[in-house]
Amino acid sequence: MKKAETSPVLLTSKKYVKQSQIRIILHNLRKNTGAMIGLGIILSLIIVSCLSDIIFDYDTEIAGINIADKLIRPCREHIFGTDDLGRDIFKRVLYGAKYSLGVGFAATMIGMFIGVIFGSIAGYYCGLAEDIIMRCNDVLSAVPSILMGIVIVSALGASTFNLMLAIGITSVPQFVRITRAAVLSVRNQEYVEALKATGMSEARIIAFHIIPNCMSPIIVQITLRIASAIIAASSLSFLGLGVPVPAPEWGSMLNLGRQYVRTASYLTIFPGLAILITVLAFNLLGDGLRDALDPKLRK
Amino acid sequence: MEETVKTTNDDIVLELENLRVKFVLETETVEAVNGISISLRRGRTLGLAGETGAGKTTTALSLLRLVPYPGRVECDKLVVEGHDVLKMSQKELEKYRGADLAMIFQDPMTSLNPVFTVGQQIADTIMLHDPTTREDAMKKAEAMLELVGIPAARAVEYPHQFSGGMKQRVVIAIALACNPGVLIADEPTTALDVTIQAQVLALMKKLRDERGMSMIMITHDLGIIADVCDEVAIMYAGRIIEYGTLRDVFNHTRHPYTEGLFNSLPNIRSRREKLKPIPGLMPDPSNLPKGCAFAPRCRYATDACRAERPADRMLSDTHMVACTRYDEPGFRIDRPDRD
Repeated sequence: MKKAETSPVLLTSKKYVKQSQIRIILHNLRKNTGAMIGLGIILSLIIVSCLSDIIFDYDTEIAGINIADKLIRPCREHIFGTDDLGRDIFKRVLYGAKYSLGVGFAATMIGMFIGVIFGSIAGYYCGLAEDIIMRCNDVLSAVPSILMGIVIVSALGASTFNLMLAIGITSVPQFVRITRAAVLSVRNQEYVEALKATGMSEARIIAFHIIPNCMSPIIVQITLRIASAIIAASSLSFLGLGVPVPAPEWGSMLNLGRQYVRTASYLTIFPGLAILITVLAFNLLGDGLRDALDPKLRK
Repeated sequence: MEETVKTTNDDIVLELENLRVKFVLETETVEAVNGISISLRRGRTLGLAGETGAGKTTTALSLLRLVPYPGRVECDKLVVEGHDVLKMSQKELEKYRGADLAMIFQDPMTSLNPVFTVGQQIADTIMLHDPTTREDAMKKAEAMLELVGIPAARAVEYPHQFSGGMKQRVVIAIALACNPGVLIADEPTTALDVTIQAQVLALMKKLRDERGMSMIMITHDLGIIADVCDEVAIMYAGRIIEYGTLRDVFNHTRHPYTEGLFNSLPNIRSRREKLKPIPGLMPDPSNLPKGCAFAPRCRYATDACRAERPADRMLSDTHMVACTRYDEPGFRIDRPDRD
């Protein structure tokens, strides 16, 4: 009981204040060190991406060629060194956060939006609709996602938006499957029948009552999918199919540094580390959220 | 709403004739309800009693036209508050549910959405049938909570912060939010303990009388029926086998099955007496006997009972019984009349 008295959640409920779901989740998340580290990294990356255009001048500092300073090893002035065109790698890595996060978020949102709509239709209306959606989903998920990304980008042309679209579409099957499973477990609950008995239309029940009950697996899936979307975006950029050069996308920086791997390995190490840390941060947060959102694991 | 049918008697709020519900599966056909007729007058309460599987809940869902797939509902007439429910479109049905006919479900633990506060859920229902602002709906929701005996300040709490009895009060508040003419209560107290049961029943009776509402109380507890209802219909294997006023059925019991139900109750006056349960089990609804469905368990059954379905017989203006043996003049069951 001692623990309960110190909990802010229980204290507020005595005054009949509406509990904020976000506060409860944060309260649970706070106990998980890994998730908090992940959240910290993600928040700082978001801040860096928002400020990068203010801090750096794209034309001179990020994309500007300065042959005189080429291939300087990491030193006080250029802490990550410079590349073969004399551009500061530290600045480029910081600036590149914008692309990775942007593509990661946008692609996942596209995937989630399409996936949740089809997944909830498949889960709620069993029968023919479910069969059609799930079989199409199987076909879509049978194609390796990188291959799918390459096909879509080469068909539509390499641009940042097409990259988002390609990665978004490849993450649809995951969302369809997870939403359908969650909806299946909710649709037969008595409150759904009770809502029908109050005269609510089915579309409204799905949108406002079933999907909110399925949010926790979807939220976890979002954080984990962002991580894999970042990897996919970097992979496609590495292949030259993503964000066009000279934008400092981490994947295309890896590609540029590839030919200097033996002589100037810092060209590839730092962008690689940036990808690693970002993906790790999202995975840590995703795992933490899964525990925080699971009522069975709540104390 | 269109299709307003003038009923012959303005007093009748719900009229159901010859309802049949079948669940057609690949391997078998389950005959859940086999010809039920109900008419309910304003302000009266009908008790629908019977064993599990007798078709009580299916009957209730048919009234809302919410029988799940693969159920097939056939019905000669269903008129509620002057609206012909059989001719309604999907949109009209959505308007009708909740506004004319509302339903309380059995388990309060699961009939509230866990992710919204109770105030939001009551307000949602109000806004469905009454276009108003969210603030007004929330105010009405708080008033509804007060009405069922919950402090209005608790409207901001989630269902998990309420106890079972409190949740059932919230469910009642939702059902009554749009002032329905008829309320169906499907075993509203089964999941509650006895003291809370008594409170909830008292609350329902009070609200019914205040609002002049009609009620259909589905239960397998004859005590609740005696407490709440004016009329009683005893169901067995999807049919009403005895129907009448509370007095007709409880004091002048005629059907052998009803007699069996009363004999299965413990007698408070002689506690040493053994209970006399009805032997056997309810017939499989996918394979009903040809004659009277109760015949295999009935100690009065004759060959005539087993050969043909009994017709509904009116014993008085109000009292109906479906038993072939009443063809014989002078046939009586053992249970004595009491007054």
